[in-house]
Amino acid sequence: MSYYFAIVGTKDNPLFEHEFGTSKQGGDGVARFREEARHMNQFIVHSSLDIVEEVQWGNGQMYLKVIDRFYNNYVSCFLTGGNIKFLLLHAPTTPKAIRSFFVDVYEIWVKTLMNPFYHIDMEVRSPVFRSRVVAAGRKYL
Amino acid sequence: MNAPQASAVPAAPAALQQPAQRASVGGLRYPTNRKTIYDRNLNRSRTSELSKASFAYLFGEMVSYAQRRVTGIQDLERRLNVQGHPLGLRLLDLLLYREPTRSVQRPTRILPLLQFITTTLWKHLFSRSADALERSKDNEDEYMISDNDPLVNQYISVPKEMNQLNCAAYVAGIIEGICDGTGFAARVTAHSVPTELWPAKTVFLIKFEPEVMEREAFLEKAR
Repeated sequence: MSYYFAIVGTKDNPLFEHEFGTSKQGGDGVARFREEARHMNQFIVHSSLDIVEEVQWGNGQMYLKVIDRFYNNYVSCFLTGGNIKFLLLHAPTTPKAIRSFFVDVYEIWVKTLMNPFYHIDMEVRSPVFRSRVVAAGRKYL
Repeated sequence: MNAPQASAVPAAPAALQQPAQRASVGGLRYPTNRKTIYDRNLNRSRTSELSKASFAYLFGEMVSYAQRRVTGIQDLERRLNVQGHPLGLRLLDLLLYREPTRSVQRPTRILPLLQFITTTLWKHLFSRSADALERSKDNEDEYMISDNDPLVNQYISVPKEMNQLNCAAYVAGIIEGICDGTGFAARVTAHSVPTELWPAKTVFLIKFEPEVMEREAFLEKAR
């Protein structure tokens, strides 16, 4: 199974994106999207932002579960207090693992925010951040 | 030009090569103790408080920094507000992170948001709750948080000719940052309301934007 993960800012601008594959059942953690599917992934994930806006006021949870689907592509969302969206594109799977993944990413996200030189809606370029996201993906997905 | 030469000479002292290696790995510079911001813990123990004296000193410096080249008291208060704003945005997510994971809720209505500010935020910043939270009688979109003796103003003496100034505008900026971050656009201002018992009493006036009130009315109906 392959995953596409994106962090989207308050102005619907992408801040971070990462593709990875499953590490469960002997997976090697490498994404296996077909080449023509890769730009579609971005499209599917970003088109679900409208639904995030619909759901976010009815529900105070941070983890909004699966909010959108396009054939066999499911989009799960986690919304931070500062209205930053974590979006994960995946095939049907257990919500618990995705929740744990999001909670881990939220922790490193808050650490990013603690950086006094980080301003809101700035792209995250830190390789340490990326390696932590990879570690969270390897642990749960 | 120097670096390739140094590596070509095997006799170069190890002490000279090492700092260069430590300073940048793939263009990334690590602090000397190798601990990046991602290696630090976000939970602070309840007892670790900061020195009030050093805070008062730093805050005094911040006020005098903001005071340079200002056109008036309003401008000075605006600058203090702007200094507090990013802090509010950060504290919002930090404090939500520190709440118990299972029960944590993003504030989606005005009242929970204001309660988050008066209890969670106030306890974190000043280790006590705010003294009062009221809704304005005249305007539906205005709320007031009062603090009888704001910590930030404790060591600030305002000159007579600037008696309009209230340096708690910094705290107002923090509140505004939290409101903005959660999607409740608002203007927050600090006003001195001295009483006999509390000469330093400050009221934070929160005025929400019309679109926030519109959404609030809609959510109230949908309930």
